[in-house]
Amino acid sequence: MCLSVPAKIMKIEDEDHAIVDYGDGTSRRINISLVDVRDGDYVLVHAGFAIQVMDKEEVKATLEAFKEMVEGLNVSFKG
Amino acid sequence: MFHLKDRDLAKKIVEDIKKKNLNLRFMHVCGTHQDTLVKNGLDVLFRECGIEIRQGPGCPVCITTPKEIEKIMLLARKGKIIASFGDMINVPGEKESLRDLKGEGCDIRTVYSIEDGVNIAEENRDRDVIFMAVGFETTAPSTASVILADPPPNFSILSCHRMIPPALKAILEMGEIRIDGFIEPGHVSTIIGTEPYEFLSEDYKIPQVIAGFEPIDLLMSVWMLVKQVEKGEAIVENEYTRAVKKEGNLKAQKMLREVFEKEDAKWRGFPVIPGSKMKLKKKFEEHDAEKIFEDELYEIDEKEFSEPEGCRCGEVLRGLIRSEECPLFGKRCIPSHPVGPCMVSIEGSCNIEYRYGRRNSDYSNSP
Repeated sequence: MCLSVPAKIMKIEDEDHAIVDYGDGTSRRINISLVDVRDGDYVLVHAGFAIQVMDKEEVKATLEAFKEMVEGLNVSFKG
Repeated sequence: MFHLKDRDLAKKIVEDIKKKNLNLRFMHVCGTHQDTLVKNGLDVLFRECGIEIRQGPGCPVCITTPKEIEKIMLLARKGKIIASFGDMINVPGEKESLRDLKGEGCDIRTVYSIEDGVNIAEENRDRDVIFMAVGFETTAPSTASVILADPPPNFSILSCHRMIPPALKAILEMGEIRIDGFIEPGHVSTIIGTEPYEFLSEDYKIPQVIAGFEPIDLLMSVWMLVKQVEKGEAIVENEYTRAVKKEGNLKAQKMLREVFEKEDAKWRGFPVIPGSKMKLKKKFEEHDAEKIFEDELYEIDEKEFSEPEGCRCGEVLRGLIRSEECPLFGKRCIPSHPVGPCMVSIEGSCNIEYRYGRRNSDYSNSP
């Protein structure tokens, strides 16, 4: 139920709708009323609605932070 | 495009956990987490490290009560159009499911999104269209958005939306099972952020980590929980920073506040959980199926519904037993002939366990 898939905003059609690309060649019209987005943003799509904007830079940063944590450096992940 | 992989890191985490000689039990509340755990054999790996992970009530379809299902079926039998997500259609109420009713000629439409339900209402202005609104905080904002967008007058919802934090509190309050930490659902958290979990750590001294859905996310989250346990800490940490912001999705939260109010409600397998259901506010009652069809639904409201005979979904949902401990699992209860909801939904732990063919696994290593 809570399955959500990342997708890229290709074209904003109106205030509430945009066409997204799932990165595997499929595209779909989704509702964007829950987020503030621009063309080119990445969003998480759940049941036809974008529920959050994703931070692409954070992906790399996340792995780096994980490595530092596991290797014993004191990085805080609180909230 | 957002896959997170690092074999060396995964290896390091596992090695570190393995040498600790642990005896811990964590709970998550998300079918997608369970899918990642079972599909990748992580649950077995963790068990070998002395960490047992239970799913808990993390499947919106599974925790929807027989009474709610009977209500939507009654409306279907009265000739109304029912729009529902696919999983929900297969869940039996007391005896039959929406799919059975479809076979009997009722007008049941499977939709991908609540907007599809609105479109059906636009195309059938002379008929009532009722959307079976199930889902946690991840899904409820889409319902709120549609209600605020002034849908056609023949469109209504039967709200079965529930909130996760009150259920986590209920699990701890009931105290039926020892839990050493919660793996919190990433996608629910994209909406609500980190704050709504904090009272649990403060009041019940329980470690919590909000987790993503890749294998590395779950490895990392479990490692973070273990660290908290070792340090005697109980805080809310966020492992899924690429999608979950501390404040969550403020726009979605505002819509939820505008459209819904909290209500005490039963969850399948649970007693009444205070403030756990999202009920439409009075000003939206022209789209509230409970209100519009109040007279017809009265007979259901007055009745008590029992669980299917022999079904132990309630105990599975409270984390008390694993799927394969239910005597019906894989025998009388299989995905093509489910007895209980946990075998129906692709996010139900019984369905996941069965689907990955783990019906005869050796679970003797559990703590």
